[in-house]
Amino acid sequence: MVDDPKFTPTRRRFLQGAAVAGGAAATGQLAHAQAADPLITDLGEQPWSQYLGDGVDAAPYGMPSRHEAHVVRRNVPWLTADSVSSVNFTPLHEMDGIITPNGLCFERHHGGVADVAPEDFRLMINGLVDSEMVFTLEDIMRFPRENRTYFLECAANSGMEWRGSQLNGCQFTHGMIHNVMYTGVPLRLLLEEAGVKTEGTWLLAEGADASGMSRSIPMEKAMDDCLVAFAMNGERLRPEQGYPVRLVVPGWEGNMWVKWLRRLEVGDAPWHHREETSKYTDLLEHGEARRFTWEMDAKSVITNPSPQAPITHGPGPTVLTGVAWSGRGTIPRVDVTIDGGINWHQARMSGPSFEKSMHRFYFEFDWDGSPMLLQSRAHDSTGYVQPTKDALREIRGENSIYHNNGIQTWAVDESGAAENVEIG
Amino acid sequence: MKKVLTLSAILLAGSASLAFAQEAAAPSRDGGYGLGRAAAPEEVAAWDIDIRPDGMGLPAGSGDVWTGEELWIAQCSACHGDFGEAVGRWPVLAGGFGTLDGEDPVKTIGSYWPYLSTVWDYVHRAMPYGAAQSLSDDDVYAIVAYLMYVNNLVDDDFTLSSDNFLDVRLENEENFFMDDRIEVEFPIFTQEPCMENCAESIEITMRAAVLDVTPDEGTDEAVVEEAAVVEEAAVEEVVEEAVVEEVVEAALDPALIEAGESTFRQCRSCHQVGDGARNAAGPALNGIYNAQAGTREGFRYSPALVEAGEGGTVWTDEALTAFLLDPRGYISGNRMAFRGVRDEADIPGLIAYLRSEGGE
Repeated sequence: MVDDPKFTPTRRRFLQGAAVAGGAAATGQLAHAQAADPLITDLGEQPWSQYLGDGVDAAPYGMPSRHEAHVVRRNVPWLTADSVSSVNFTPLHEMDGIITPNGLCFERHHGGVADVAPEDFRLMINGLVDSEMVFTLEDIMRFPRENRTYFLECAANSGMEWRGSQLNGCQFTHGMIHNVMYTGVPLRLLLEEAGVKTEGTWLLAEGADASGMSRSIPMEKAMDDCLVAFAMNGERLRPEQGYPVRLVVPGWEGNMWVKWLRRLEVGDAPWHHREETSKYTDLLEHGEARRFTWEMDAKSVITNPSPQAPITHGPGPTVLTGVAWSGRGTIPRVDVTIDGGINWHQARMSGPSFEKSMHRFYFEFDWDGSPMLLQSRAHDSTGYVQPTKDALREIRGENSIYHNNGIQTWAVDESGAAENVEIG
Repeated sequence: MKKVLTLSAILLAGSASLAFAQEAAAPSRDGGYGLGRAAAPEEVAAWDIDIRPDGMGLPAGSGDVWTGEELWIAQCSACHGDFGEAVGRWPVLAGGFGTLDGEDPVKTIGSYWPYLSTVWDYVHRAMPYGAAQSLSDDDVYAIVAYLMYVNNLVDDDFTLSSDNFLDVRLENEENFFMDDRIEVEFPIFTQEPCMENCAESIEITMRAAVLDVTPDEGTDEAVVEEAAVVEEAAVEEVVEEAVVEEVVEAALDPALIEAGESTFRQCRSCHQVGDGARNAAGPALNGIYNAQAGTREGFRYSPALVEAGEGGTVWTDEALTAFLLDPRGYISGNRMAFRGVRDEADIPGLIAYLRSEGGE
């Protein structure tokens, strides 16, 4: 393994190089390297400049650089009984911009990934409609389409942190989210095709997987901005994201975005199925529970630095970045602090700002090498300001599991290492 | 050059007003697009399985507690425990009364679920795990009756039916209320926050590192090097295994193994086999071939299976075939929640797969 030139020495060299660069920056002036860099002066160290590389078609479906093999979804094995009904997490600390690459979108399955061939796909609409109908995928592809970028966040994202800081890394604390451009048919058009009766005020969406995932959706939302999507980021849905067809329910908790969609039933009352009673209800301190907490409140997290992405360059110019989102609109503003909230600064928003989509923010500063307490605070277009975890606990207690959108704190020490902490 | 300038002017205009990207909605058409076809009544009947609290969708039928217990022990208890107390991290379904306002709430059917219809609907649509929608309507009534019994809602002589279903009320129904975040939280969370000199001092009150429950990953050099060492060790193991595999594969047809891997999909919600396999809802199956029944270390078998092994049952081709065709018929009282492989022709592949993945 050590003899294999394709393995880690490059990464090690990179880290050493980074340390030298950091030391130079700390002196405040340009310094010469102690010795000429063989990666520049020695052709033997740069085989890619001398010998031919792979031709076209080496990988008919392209993959990330082999040097990025550590950028993967990860799970927390102790969280669930079994990987078939479990969750893994998006590596937010390795990403930039606002779009989540398809292969990095977190997975949450309740009965494993259904393997549905496109020609075997059927979508039924039944219940309180003028005509109960069946659509094939080919039928769906003949309706007018829309392209929309939306985040999907699991209601249980950050759910392990209600009682205090537990997991060390934004991948684990905040990684049950992805942000994707969907192509799909407005759900409204399919419902209009069947003709919703006037008493049809609710919709049941049901999946074809072995859990028969089912959720009740109010008709007002179904007719507003929901999509019946078949593509994500320009290609067909990934199997683990509901191939061939999933429901998109913008701004609302991810569990409602039924994957492997097979049926829509129109009714005059909600169904109160398992995922909207036993699960995805918010138990409050006094023993009562909120139901139908569909919208995702405004939230943000600093992705770099963070426990999985420490500062490796030492003092000097430092890029702090993160993501923010709201199920109720856009994110016009994010505040960040490096001293635990004594003083706040407005971060710089960058990239497109879409409704119910992830936003990217940056805060560039000169780190003096002293310990920091990093936080970010999202403001959404309705005027809602992301609360502290303690403010949330004051209203909801610690038993909610779901909808934890409290402000996250990372403690950064002199070495640049970061840890998930709570402060007071 | 002129073209480039025009393009950048458009881009600038775009960034000034991003609304252009969320453009007009896809158009409706009066009378619809004429796509799709009418659903046949038997198609709707086959898929329209949902049940509502008001009884909509509930089929005629009935089942009693004792029948439910029998079904439960055979098909549900491997994960949920004999009395709904749960094995490992599988859902607890019984008890938990009076815990919802405490520090460790136990949210069961009895203590938390608002409607019995939810239980009927979910058991019918998704259970048993890995064999969804395989229970008859009467079986579902019986299992729901047993779940009511273990939650102290009924006595053991109770029969649940489509006639008395709507008489049942679960006690926690009234403790659910509609999302009130807009009224309760918005007034508090829409105030302009402090930006300067917001606190005198800040202390760390809790650290994730104290708990140390984060999965390891190779993000720094030390860990990367450690991983390299592990991988080297793994390479050696693979070399050794390769020798073993040659012997096995000489006797096993790859196509048969592949077919068996596909059949094993029915088993894998409870059983693991191969590298790193561990006991889950069912025992790990490494080395099961030609082993004495009920002897996998660390797995809590049913007394029936242990007895069978002590009585001389060894997992030969014949024994595995008979067991997999009719698990409960072959070893009465065992806890495997599986009704059996439907097609006997699938069994040689399954055995070949177990031998190839799990060794002899």
